[in-house]
Amino acid sequence: MSRKFIGRVITPGKANAEALVSHVGFNTLASYQMALLLNDKNVKCGDQNNPDLYKKSMIGKALCLPETIGSTTGGMVLYTICSKNMQPACLLFSKSIDSLAASGAILAANWSDAKMPVIDRLGEEFLNYVEDGMSITIEEDGTVYAE
Amino acid sequence: MVLTEEQQAMLDGKKGETMAKIMKTLVMYGETFDAAKMVPVTSKYGHTVISFGLGVMKPVYALYDEILSAGLAGEQKFSADPFPTDPHVPSNILENAVFKLMYTEQRRYGKQLKELGLMKGNAYTCACYLPEVGNIPKRGDVLSWAESSAVVYANSVLGARCNRNSGILEMMGSIAGCVPEFGFLTDEGRKADWVVEVRTSKKPEAQLLGSAIGMKVLAEVPYVKGLDQWLGSELDASARAYLKDFGAATASNGSVGLYHIENLTPEAKDFGEDLIREDAKRYIIDDNELARVQNNYPCIWKNPDAKPKLCFVGCPHLTMEQLKDWTEKVEKALNESGHKHVLIPTVFTSAPAVIKKFRKTEYGERLAKTGVILSYICPLMYMDNPVCGKTPVITSSNKLRTYTSARYYTDEEILRKITKEGK
Repeated sequence: MSRKFIGRVITPGKANAEALVSHVGFNTLASYQMALLLNDKNVKCGDQNNPDLYKKSMIGKALCLPETIGSTTGGMVLYTICSKNMQPACLLFSKSIDSLAASGAILAANWSDAKMPVIDRLGEEFLNYVEDGMSITIEEDGTVYAE
Repeated sequence: MVLTEEQQAMLDGKKGETMAKIMKTLVMYGETFDAAKMVPVTSKYGHTVISFGLGVMKPVYALYDEILSAGLAGEQKFSADPFPTDPHVPSNILENAVFKLMYTEQRRYGKQLKELGLMKGNAYTCACYLPEVGNIPKRGDVLSWAESSAVVYANSVLGARCNRNSGILEMMGSIAGCVPEFGFLTDEGRKADWVVEVRTSKKPEAQLLGSAIGMKVLAEVPYVKGLDQWLGSELDASARAYLKDFGAATASNGSVGLYHIENLTPEAKDFGEDLIREDAKRYIIDDNELARVQNNYPCIWKNPDAKPKLCFVGCPHLTMEQLKDWTEKVEKALNESGHKHVLIPTVFTSAPAVIKKFRKTEYGERLAKTGVILSYICPLMYMDNPVCGKTPVITSSNKLRTYTSARYYTDEEILRKITKEGK
């Protein structure tokens, strides 16, 4: 059964991808630094403190998360993974987006050719509902379908 | 968002296409957070979190090339995070080879930083606010900084106003001379969402307390009660050093950008509990809670019982007082154990300007005699080397633990390991 959620569009776009869910704050630097350094084509999550994502492939996934945490290199890291086509299909935040993730999304939208639509304020219910492997479809107006 | 005539002109491309893109980026950033306007950056200096010339980060340097080609180097000088390598820090042939492969863009980026306006005097440190470095904003100054530990210190201890900007965005704010007004730039954004009550039986370890609070409150603002009984009510060198380490842990283990310490930090002193929101949540920290937090840190060493091959102390960079204090503690503990030198290769890290001054004091020679290496390196960047990352490294930095495979111990445990146990 498909569930519909509506959020706020940070950077618009359409996407259809498999869900990958983090229930804890997503540490952007800790998650991506080893994948970047090792040029890991699967872009496996390197954050030892994130039991939901550690060692899982993040590329092309609909990354569902509450918010990002950690170093202020976060936005630069997101911009870099977008410029290198290592980005997730989209970022879907249950809470309001934080300043670092917003920076990364906005830098990628203005300074790279990559597509990484970002939607926030999808609500706690969204994060309670989605599970790894679910099919996620997002529309340009911020509508998200999960099934 | 309402822009001034000058800001609108920049957005409209009157100062060129690249400046228009910079303004568009800053305006989008502000609109995301419902900023009503842009406000001038008022601090004397900026600070950038990007100090490294990593080959994998080429898109960042290409972006800076675009800015420099457009003749947009900012009028505001800035300091930068620590240098990523130092030949004095132990590394083998393989590790050195990997460093060379990793930092292929270091020369290019170093040149870019100079052109963009890097402060004179080797201003590479995460603790740019130390007196020896001289990038100390005044209370109320509006900053365009990035570096989580520096931002949380500037907001909380100095009373400056800065959002948790990302690398690149901070440079754009410095270049444009303005930043969107939201979050920690507003009075409302500086109110506390949490009341944290510290009920420990002794002075809590700064990096452990910060970690516990960061993990609990994430991006929200904590108002911490009960810590002044251990730190006093004056922001002296000891309290500032403690809060530097505490804040870095709150920022890296969570994403805290501002905290208030009752009876100690400037806004808590002036406004007290008026800073606390009506619906603030509560978090009580006692000895058991700190033990629970520490015991839950995962150890990702291949062999958890491996003998440590390296120890880092000083992430964020140590203050002059911390260096002197550590020197005395290491000397005393070595005397007690009957050893001449530390038993595990140990690196203390600090700002180049602090190191220079420290070496001129009697402590410089005394520390050198213990075998401890003094370095300006960023331990995090050292550990980013995949070969170094496999080395069993210990640290008293919770930030280093969070981002790398380094294993965390309290300062006291670290001291015992490097001077008495060797394992």
